[in-house]
This record gives sequence, C-alpha cells and structure tokens, in this order.
Amino acid sequence: MELQAVNVCKAYNGTPVLQNVTFTAGRGVTCLMAASGGGKSTLLHIFLGLVRPDSGTVKTVPRWGAAFQETRLLEHLNAANNLQFVLGPDMSGAAALLARLGLDLSDERPVRAYSGGMKRRLSLARALLVPSDALALDEPFAGLDEESHARCLACVREAAEEKPVLLATHAPADTQGFPVIRL
Amino acid sequence: MTSTTARKKDSLRPWAVGVWLVLWQGVSMLLTAVYPHGSLLLAPPVSAALRLCELLPALDFWRTILHSTARIFGGFLLSCILGVLLASLAAANRRVREFLAPAVLAVKTVPVASFIILALVWLDSDALSFFISALMVFPPVYLNVLEGIRQMDRQLLEMADVFHVPLRRRLWGIGVPQVYPYFRTAMSLALGLCWKAGAAAEVIGLPNGSIGERLYNAKIYLRTPDLFAWTAAIVTLSVALEKLCLLAADRLAGKAADEWNCKR
Repeated sequence: MELQAVNVCKAYNGTPVLQNVTFTAGRGVTCLMAASGGGKSTLLHIFLGLVRPDSGTVKTVPRWGAAFQETRLLEHLNAANNLQFVLGPDMSGAAALLARLGLDLSDERPVRAYSGGMKRRLSLARALLVPSDALALDEPFAGLDEESHARCLACVREAAEEKPVLLATHAPADTQGFPVIRL
Repeated sequence: MTSTTARKKDSLRPWAVGVWLVLWQGVSMLLTAVYPHGSLLLAPPVSAALRLCELLPALDFWRTILHSTARIFGGFLLSCILGVLLASLAAANRRVREFLAPAVLAVKTVPVASFIILALVWLDSDALSFFISALMVFPPVYLNVLEGIRQMDRQLLEMADVFHVPLRRRLWGIGVPQVYPYFRTAMSLALGLCWKAGAAAEVIGLPNGSIGERLYNAKIYLRTPDLFAWTAAIVTLSVALEKLCLLAADRLAGKAADEWNCKR
C-alpha cells in the first residue's frame, strides 16, 4: 500500500497553501513538516478526501485511521462510547491500547471532562484501533507530557510496521528517525 | 449563570401572581361600584375560581376538555412529526427547502383568522381545530429543526465520513444530541401556539362540545365567570401538556441514547 501526491496545489482565497507538493510514502512513518498554517492539515485532508486540491493528484487508500488536530471526539460520550461510535460492537484490543496510552476504557466520565492531553491520546487510540489501510495523524503529540509522548510514539511506530503513516508536525523532535517532507 | 438558573429566575413568582390577582379583584370591584352591572364587564377572580370549582365535578366539563385536547394536541403531534421529517429532507435537498419556503412564510405571516375562515369552507368544523393547530405548529418545528441540522458540528460529520460510520450511529451519536435542543425549544413554543390558535378556531367554527363553543356561549350569555373559568382550564391544560411533553421527550431522547450506547 502506497500513498502518493503529485504536483498538489491548494490555495485559500488566493493565498497559496500548497504548491506543487510531490512525494511518495510507503509503509512506515512519513513526517509532513511545516510551520503553523503551512498546509500540513490541508494536505492530510486532501488524502482523507475532505478537501479537493486545486490541481495535482493524490493516490490514496479506501480506509483511513485519522487523528485530527482538533481531536473531534463526541464530548458528551465517554471513552468507550467514543470508540464504539467508530468501531461498532467489536472493541477487541481497545482496553489494552487505552491502558498503554494511560487511559481507562471503563472511565464513565464524558470526554468533555478530560484534559487536553487525555483527549489527544483518546483521539490517537481511535485512529489506531479502527481497521485501516493508512494513518493520518495531525499533530498527535501536541501538548503531551514526556511520558505520554513516548507511549504514543511507540504505538505509532508499531502501527507503522504494517501501513503508511502520515504524521503532520511542526516539532523537529517528533521527526527523529523518520523521513521528512518539508512543505 | 446556567440556562436552568436563568429559567428559574424568569419563572412565575407567587408574589407577582398575587399582586395581579389583587389588582384584578380591585378593578372588578371598582367597575361594580361605578356601573350597575359592572361585574359583567370583568368578573372578579373569586367568581371565576368558584365557577371553575362548579365545573370540575361535571362529566360534561371533562368531555369538553377531552374533545378539544384530542384535536388540538393531535394537530400538534402530527405537525411535530411532519416538521422533523420535512426539515430533514430540506436540510438534505436545497430544492425541497426552496419549495417549502413560501408555504412556511405564508403560514407564519398570514393572520390565523384568515386560515380559520378558509378552513371552514373546506372542512367540517369538528376537524377545524386539528387543522389549525397543525398549521400553526409546523413553522416553528420545521424552522428550528432545520436550523439545528444546519448548526450541526461539521467537523464531527467529517470525522464520521472518514471513519465510514453508519447512518444510524451518526444519527444517535451526532444528530440527536445536536438537533434535540432546537426541537425542544420549538416544541415548547409550539405547544403554547397550538392552544391559542386551536381555541380561536373553535370559537369561530363552533364545533359541538368543544371549549371554543363554551367560550362563545359565555360571551353570548354575558357569563364572564364562565369565560374566565374556561380560559383558566385552557391555560392549565397548555402548561400541563407542555411540561408533560418536554418531560416525555427528554426521557425518550435520553433513553434512546442510552439504548444506543448499550447495544450498538
């Protein structure tokens, strides 16, 4: 399974955000790096089919696991229900993964009561658990403490052994050991 | 300040109701003192309350209440269902929205009396309050639900698209929690409206055994205590049904969400 962008361009209100972006990403983590507002999220959204490029093409996959920058969790539901919303009744592996990420599947609190870091980890767990052909992770480690960061990174590395992972970040520390596409 | 606290602060205070009742009694006594039949112009609250107490044990009173409630509330229920269904269709299809817009605007702006008279030409007077109640309830329910759907969190819908979440799950996970507050507000508003319009329709159409007929008779025979007693019955029914409906809808929405959370 391979992801590819060929001469992808996108502008918002006449301001170019992506200009002739071309790359190929196979299995493993590929970092998309740019300053804030540099088009990382836009490029991920183009791969996810949420945004159409002005020109150029992308080769994408049918099933994505995605962790969005804004987490996009159902705030009124608890962690288990948030996962069930995308996974359906098959929750195998959910409890173990949440425990690895320092979360508890039996936590009855609605997600709105979670801290920013907990929401980010839950959002990452949702992306990792859903059956997918590739992962799109938008700033998945933003705001995490050192320990949580390490745990999340280990989980992402494991997932990347089987499928392509696009990791958008502006932090150089997140890119160590991974190929980097600078936008 | 939470909306619940604000609602409590804005609700009726016994002292304010008491002051208004005393004022009513005072004006009625003044009219009686000035005119020979002043109490006919404005019956005192005590007479109205006594008349209501006389009516309460009568079977005919309850039959009348049931007659009007069945028609007015029936119209309300039908319109709620239609309003939700058509708002969902209109949100999904611009042509449906454009097609319905003139009709909704007409119902909102044309005086209810015009519709009542027109409906009297088409319908039996027995069906009049049902039709008018349904007509008055439709715009607020339709418009509020449509607005609720429009205001749904697009980012959550995109997330559901990316994860290929089935429609039923989207409905209970995103749709119902986000649109329900709009529907609830519409229901509260519409219940007051349907009683006002339904009673007005009955006063004009005079279906046999309806509250409207009783109100009309009170006017014809200058029985103002009757007028106030029946009006009090309408207000009580309207408030009680509003509370019951909101409670039932809250329970139903909560139960449905719980069931969805457990089963899925």
